[in-house]
Amino acid sequence: MLRLLVSLIVFVLFIGPPQAQESGLQAVLQNNQKAVERASRKTVDPLLDALVASRSPAVPQFLEKWRAKDVWLNQKDGLFYYLKSEKTDPVTLVDIETGEAVGTAPKDDMKQLKPNSGVREVLASALVRFQLQADDKARRIAAVSAIERSAEPQHLDALRKAAAAEADAELKLRMDRLVRLLAIRFDPDPAQRVAAIRSFASNTAVDVRAALNPLLATTIVVADKMPEGVNLARRLTPGANLSTEAAYDLLVEKGLAPAKLTRDVRDKALLAHLQNENVAGIPRAELNTEAARSEAYALLAENGLVPPPVTQAEIREALEAHVFLEVYAESDATVTNAARESLASIENRVDLYRSIDLGLDALSLASIYFLAAIGLAITFGVMGVINMAHGEFIMIGAYTGYVVQQVIPDYTISIIVALPLAFLIAFAAGVALERLVIRHLVHRPLETLLATFGISIALQQLAKNIFGTQARPLTSPAWLDGAWVINDVISISLIRIAIFVLALGFLGLLIFILTRTRFGLEVRAVTQNPRMASSMGINPDRINMLTFGLGSGIAGIAGVAIGLFAKVTSELGSAYIVQSFMTVVVGGVGNIWGTLAGAGMIGSLQKVIEFLNPSNTLAAQTYMIIFIIIFIQFRPKGIIALKGRAAGD
Amino acid sequence: MKQFVLAAALFASTAMSSAHADIKVGVLHSLSGTMAISETTLKDTMLMLIDEQNKKGGLLGEKLVPVVVDPASDWPLFAEKARELLSVQEVDVIFGAWTSVSRKSALPVLEELNGLMFYPVQYEGEESSKNVFYTGAAPNQQAIPATDYFLEELGVEKFALLGTDYVYPRTTNKILEQYLKDKGIAAEDIFVNYTPFGHSDWSKIVADVVALGADGKKVGVISTINGDANIGFYKELAAAGVSADDIPVVAFSVGEEELSGLDTSNLVGHLAAWNYFQSSDNPANAEFVKAWKARMGEDRVTNDPMEAHYIGFNMWVNAVEKAGTTDVDAVRQAMYGQEFPNLTGGTAVMLPNHHLAKPVLIGEIQADGQFDIISQTEEVPGDAWTDFLPESAVLKSDWQELGCGMYNTETKTCVQLTSNY
Amino acid sequence: MERTFLVRNPSILIFIGVLAVVTLGATLLSEGLGVGLLSTSFIKTLGKTLCLCLAALALDLVWGYCGILSLGHFAFFGLGGYMIGMWLMYARTEEIVSASLANAPLPATPLEIREAIGTQIFGVVGGSDIPMMWSFADSLVLQLLLVLLIPGLLAFVFGWLAFRSRVTGVYLSILTQAMTLALSLYLFQNDSGLRGNNGLSGLQNLPGADDIPQALISVWFLWASAVSLAMVYIISTWLMSGKFGSAIRAIRDDENRLRYLGYSVEGYKLVVFVFSAVITAIAGALYYPQAGIVNPAEMAPIASIYLVVWVAIGGRGRLYGAVIGAAFVSLVSSWFTGGQVPDLNLGFYTVKWVDWWLVLLGFGFVLVTLYAPKGLGGLVDMLVRRKEA
Repeated sequence: MLRLLVSLIVFVLFIGPPQAQESGLQAVLQNNQKAVERASRKTVDPLLDALVASRSPAVPQFLEKWRAKDVWLNQKDGLFYYLKSEKTDPVTLVDIETGEAVGTAPKDDMKQLKPNSGVREVLASALVRFQLQADDKARRIAAVSAIERSAEPQHLDALRKAAAAEADAELKLRMDRLVRLLAIRFDPDPAQRVAAIRSFASNTAVDVRAALNPLLATTIVVADKMPEGVNLARRLTPGANLSTEAAYDLLVEKGLAPAKLTRDVRDKALLAHLQNENVAGIPRAELNTEAARSEAYALLAENGLVPPPVTQAEIREALEAHVFLEVYAESDATVTNAARESLASIENRVDLYRSIDLGLDALSLASIYFLAAIGLAITFGVMGVINMAHGEFIMIGAYTGYVVQQVIPDYTISIIVALPLAFLIAFAAGVALERLVIRHLVHRPLETLLATFGISIALQQLAKNIFGTQARPLTSPAWLDGAWVINDVISISLIRIAIFVLALGFLGLLIFILTRTRFGLEVRAVTQNPRMASSMGINPDRINMLTFGLGSGIAGIAGVAIGLFAKVTSELGSAYIVQSFMTVVVGGVGNIWGTLAGAGMIGSLQKVIEFLNPSNTLAAQTYMIIFIIIFIQFRPKGIIALKGRAAGD
Repeated sequence: MKQFVLAAALFASTAMSSAHADIKVGVLHSLSGTMAISETTLKDTMLMLIDEQNKKGGLLGEKLVPVVVDPASDWPLFAEKARELLSVQEVDVIFGAWTSVSRKSALPVLEELNGLMFYPVQYEGEESSKNVFYTGAAPNQQAIPATDYFLEELGVEKFALLGTDYVYPRTTNKILEQYLKDKGIAAEDIFVNYTPFGHSDWSKIVADVVALGADGKKVGVISTINGDANIGFYKELAAAGVSADDIPVVAFSVGEEELSGLDTSNLVGHLAAWNYFQSSDNPANAEFVKAWKARMGEDRVTNDPMEAHYIGFNMWVNAVEKAGTTDVDAVRQAMYGQEFPNLTGGTAVMLPNHHLAKPVLIGEIQADGQFDIISQTEEVPGDAWTDFLPESAVLKSDWQELGCGMYNTETKTCVQLTSNY
Repeated sequence: MERTFLVRNPSILIFIGVLAVVTLGATLLSEGLGVGLLSTSFIKTLGKTLCLCLAALALDLVWGYCGILSLGHFAFFGLGGYMIGMWLMYARTEEIVSASLANAPLPATPLEIREAIGTQIFGVVGGSDIPMMWSFADSLVLQLLLVLLIPGLLAFVFGWLAFRSRVTGVYLSILTQAMTLALSLYLFQNDSGLRGNNGLSGLQNLPGADDIPQALISVWFLWASAVSLAMVYIISTWLMSGKFGSAIRAIRDDENRLRYLGYSVEGYKLVVFVFSAVITAIAGALYYPQAGIVNPAEMAPIASIYLVVWVAIGGRGRLYGAVIGAAFVSLVSSWFTGGQVPDLNLGFYTVKWVDWWLVLLGFGFVLVTLYAPKGLGGLVDMLVRRKEA
């Protein structure tokens, strides 16, 4: 790499006249055809050297084109070309040196060169020199990005010069920041480095931490006495901040102490001294316990046939005779001290931000659970009916979104169409289910569970038969792509924010419907006392039907939302059904606020447990459910218990 | 009670009417339940291959008849259906299973009844049954080359091993951890996380991965996330703006089929390692893809396990022809050394350890949901027992010479003839 | 007493008679002991079906008689399977390991054997240490005791907590569902000590029975399942026809009234719940050696719901109803998914039953609940009554 860069500098300084064709770009490439065709990060450096040595002015453009996968190999004549356009057949070939069209070739003869991303990174790094001084701003940005990805010590000076000359204010700012980052790593002057480190105090960006953390990398050093002139991080005491086991292993590894006797070594030694079916006088057949084998080994050691096993006392002695130190790889103490101070303030902030980020995640999860469960809560609360097919209404909504996207290709419009359509279709399905099945089971609530379960498996299999078992794409519009990034620690994807807003909207809408409309009044009346309500002129059948439709319709909308951030499969609904049940039960049946509380509790609980046990998400879910079971023991009616008929019994 | 007796009678009658005329090919893939998403495609592949073979005049002058059963993603059912296929339907060969646990469920039955099964999916290795031919990749044909690619080509210094919590990711990651340590990667630079099947809430894990970059080392993700959980993972990755240049992700379970479920424009440049990609530029592949699309529809894609079935089925056909019978023992002997051109331009060879020699391809995801092949090795012989775990390094499988699937090369003894379920 | 009991419950004689005829008939037609008309796989399906019937019977005790709708009974079923599976796996592996270590240059020490067993069993989940919970796995007797104890204990703790705080109805159902979900998620973890998602496999190969063909073993298990089913049926009928049964039914009909009468409702419920859990565990312990593999997916909530559906289809509140439901649905299901049902060609569309069977089943449930609320058992009752009339 260093050699390459030196030659690049030479190249930039002495751009000579174009050389004869033999040493031209194409010729160099021909000489290295394999290395070009099957470029690897390991083989690309000599090739770049050769290209630079050719001094062809076409090299920078070639490197850029190569990097962009725009170079093609004509398999007939073995030469490399650019193409005028990939779309035509035959394609028009463009000479890589002159940039002029030189004929055509059938597309089948052409092979595209596809350097892998490692090679592309090397190419980008090699191009930095040309691009930092380019007139085109996009090229300068590309150069800065390349340095950000893989910085070399030589980049520092060049970048300093480029930053001083940069006219664009925004890019200049970015360059200045990058100069300081590079200074931390590469500046020869410790004072400059310390200044750069201090300039980043309490900056939580990942690249800043990436520059600071390596400064504090340590290694463990073993010596028989305190060494001079090392940048000591701390001293380790075996048994205290270093286990005696690990300490002794370290001594063995460095050859400062004899290895402990392992079972494997012992058994090998016994076999080696097996004579006439006997080891040290003990018959082989009796060596079928660990104790017998150890005893045999001890006998061999007594006879001086094998080295005696290391004793505890010897281990202690060896440990006492040595010092164990943690030493910084960075030799300058002022630099490590500055880095430690800066990092300490950064880490504090990172912890704070991380908990905020976790809070956002929890909020997002809670809003998803809320959306999935609220429809269930309504039907459950008003009618006391367990709708096992609720998950399938979610699925119906998601598939509606998919179908709409097949018809309307514009993602924004299709989502705007899909949301009400999903509501309508799920509403209709819900009303149909209520009229055809649930109404007939009104006095047998547990049997509705059974019937709706039947509907659930039938619908799931129907979806499989219609849409196939593959996951179907439901793509969010471009303005929902990406994330809201507050800093490098706190960010949340826009689609989750959209779901949160949707959940909030439905919360508001439902509260409005239930407390401010005639329909809501009737629903509440039926919830509390259906007979009384009916004698007041309310038709409970109609209310039940509409409520069921409403709950199902909301499930349909939840389906679109869930499909947008996860996947659309026939199993989509069943993945949420148990969580939805628990949300409703934990929150308290028949109450929107209860569902909200339930979703909030389950969502945040799950995130907190995940945070405590980051390597096992499965365990987090187990603990959460166990917590819920215990929670129900103490609040059997949920967080917000309702009085009236829904309270049951 | 009547129904009970009736059903029993029905069973008895079907059990009795299994006359053996045609050559029967059992297809043991889940058509319902969670694995249907992946396995239904393989069932359709098998039906296509059998139809094509019948158009060519069948096999040994007889027609091939597919027997499709549905084990419904229910692992014990794989054992039950395998027994049914072998003893009631008396099939001559079975093509089937996807998850390792389903294979391990069917194994004892296959070994007891001396059946023959072709297993088409990449798996964790550490197994070699006399009655199974493994046409998918062993770890050294997928995971190890991909990790080498990360280390050598991309210069990755810190690894996040993300996987679904089951045996394939667990064993693969265990092998990779050991391999990385051997390559000088420190234990604290390997982050491992397991998530449940179908996991959809990825925000925290993606954030954790991004945070790994804080100590200045280049981070790479090796993903053994299974099935449709990938969709949520990639969506979250795209939303977080993680570009393949900053944190490359190489996946072992993400193929064309999985990508068809999402918009890949934000994932361009992330990687997958397989033995086959649909984009492979080869006449045989073009023909295969064309036949598949003509049968199943233009929007359908082909993937690696399909190629495995393609190779496995054709090898079996050739082996039957060579042996002149469908008798399992004769066919097995004829299978060893069987060669068949694979769809990526080389030749697959069946080794005595029941694994294939296949090339390893690494592809970059393109905006159209296809892969751009950026690296293709020579054929790598599949290794049943990995060399990177001390307890497996001494083991070797050779059914042709040694007649043993678990042979200890140190003590020179056969550890066991049946499988370790 | 004995006579009046049988006279009052004529169903027992019929039940035992039919069961005996089926089992004997199957035995005579089997490959293991008979003429070989019935394949081994069918004998196994029959044996497993009897185990499922046993589980359905147990569920009927708590749901049909006591009104506790448990959506988590497969937790006990699976646990029973796990407990017996531990012994089956350990003992079989011990055989293999001892045989292979017999050739070792030094005679194997107990530690070496144990380590080799650990590697064999747990190698698949990347471990080699035998966890604590496998301490008794080398003893069949202790493991059989655990089949009763562990699920019983789980049911006791869960039931005690739930009934004490008066969790009833739908809440209780959801809680039982949460219990089985938590258990299955826990077992799904690779480091749970029970081989994670792999579960325990190869259970059909009984230790020390290498030379005995599966055809014979399947008949043994068929008999074991049939005898257990018959015994539990008799015991349950006896229990439910006595004073205890009246109290249980009274709890189902009006729990509060019974409480006011001075009965310890919680105590009764707990006894029935634990009893039912233990029976389910026995069913599981008989089922999984026939199925060959037990793993956490078995305890997914959906499995327990299926069990409930079987009981409902068969007719709850009648022990034979539960048995009929379980036998009918599971046998038909096995038939439809077996690929032996001819496709139905409608001209414009061909109905492939593997694709459409679940749709049929789903709508079938709905029809049964709507039009035959007492299930198939109800139909039997109707027939009997018509004859009597």
